Amino acid sequence: MSLYEEIGGEAAVNAAVDIFYRKVLKDARINYFFTDVDMVRQAAKQKAFLTMAFGGPHSYTGEDMRKGHAHLVARGLNDSHFDAVMENIAATLTELNVPANLIAQAAAIAESTRNDVLGK
Amino acid sequence: MPNILYAGQSYTCEGQSVLDCLTAQGVSIPASCRAGSCQTCLMCAVSGTLPKQSQRGLKPTLVAQHYFKACSCYPETDLEVQLPNTALGKIDAQVVSLDALNNEIIGVRLRPVSPFPYHAGQFINLYQNDSTARCYSLASVPSIDDTLTLHVRRVPNGVVSNWIADQLKVGDTVAISAASGDCFYVAGQPAQNILLVGTGSGLAPLYGIVRDALQQGHQGDIGLYHGSTQIAGLYLVEALRDLAQAHPNFHYIPCISDEVPPADYRHGMVLDVVLKDLPDLKGYRVFLCGNPNMVKAAQQEAFFAGASLRDIFADPF
Repeated sequence: MSLYEEIGGEAAVNAAVDIFYRKVLKDARINYFFTDVDMVRQAAKQKAFLTMAFGGPHSYTGEDMRKGHAHLVARGLNDSHFDAVMENIAATLTELNVPANLIAQAAAIAESTRNDVLGK
Repeated sequence: MPNILYAGQSYTCEGQSVLDCLTAQGVSIPASCRAGSCQTCLMCAVSGTLPKQSQRGLKPTLVAQHYFKACSCYPETDLEVQLPNTALGKIDAQVVSLDALNNEIIGVRLRPVSPFPYHAGQFINLYQNDSTARCYSLASVPSIDDTLTLHVRRVPNGVVSNWIADQLKVGDTVAISAASGDCFYVAGQPAQNILLVGTGSGLAPLYGIVRDALQQGHQGDIGLYHGSTQIAGLYLVEALRDLAQAHPNFHYIPCISDEVPPADYRHGMVLDVVLKDLPDLKGYRVFLCGNPNMVKAAQQEAFFAGASLRDIFADPF
């Protein structure tokens, strides 16, 4: 079984996206990056991101990640913010009772986007 | 092999998704994840049968309007498709009545000259002329009302609203667009609790949605909070109180923020009153209409209070 299936597939992503986005919006370390964005569109992007992190279908390229976050890097997005997002992903999966070994795998996938997201 | 009809052209679809088929043949369709997740490539089917997979994960309001994800749509039969909101052709409608609902809001009833499918709570464009139009929500319900009803607020220096208030007459013909928007009631979860929050003429879609839900036999609690600075800013107060009398599961809560109102109103900003009454919105369906600042704040607060983003429908204006 793939990681995506083990975590619970699309149903898991749907459950995770609300919890994750709530955490992000309440996280004072990063929520100011989200003050002027459309919540529904942002949630769709986060769903796509979580789907990828959970090992699911995606077609993001490193280039997409760079382009999509360049305006945030210009506003000071750095490793500390990326770390905060990683924390929120892990906390979300913990809240959904996903086993630790699967959380570690999802975290590794999310971590692999760090340099592209931060434009390094 | 199925054909895809798009913008008057036919494209043969050879085992591809609608998105791949159209983009391969030079048609530009907005897309992002191409994996059925982000919904950037949302399109709308005019005719034909959509594969179930192509609508998975979409809000029921989008499914009801035949929206689908072009990247996940592998058609088995011919399909006519369009991008959302490109088909809003104009239809003539006759002005049936114009009534002051309060000092600044006019109820406008229109009778379209041809059949006009819509859901209560959707909006239309009303054209003053070819280049000037404004968006108004529908307060009427197709299965209850035989005309369309708009609540037009006279906006200071507003071109269209002042034209409607000062010059439009009963019997005039105006052009309107087809209805669009996804702020409406969908049956299927009759026990779900519903919260509706509006300010000013944001009551229009909510008045339609509430009556539509009750008409369709909704069983869960339906709470409508309408806010204004003063009592004079509210309208349809008696009609809504009567509706609440007739339906024990419907509650109408008028809220006044500036002056201290009589006991049958609540005192405070509408969103504050809502959050005091309903601190836990888990499982709720939420409709928010009116002042953009209120709608934006309410969207976030409803989400924080536990409502799923999928269940929050917002219409700022």
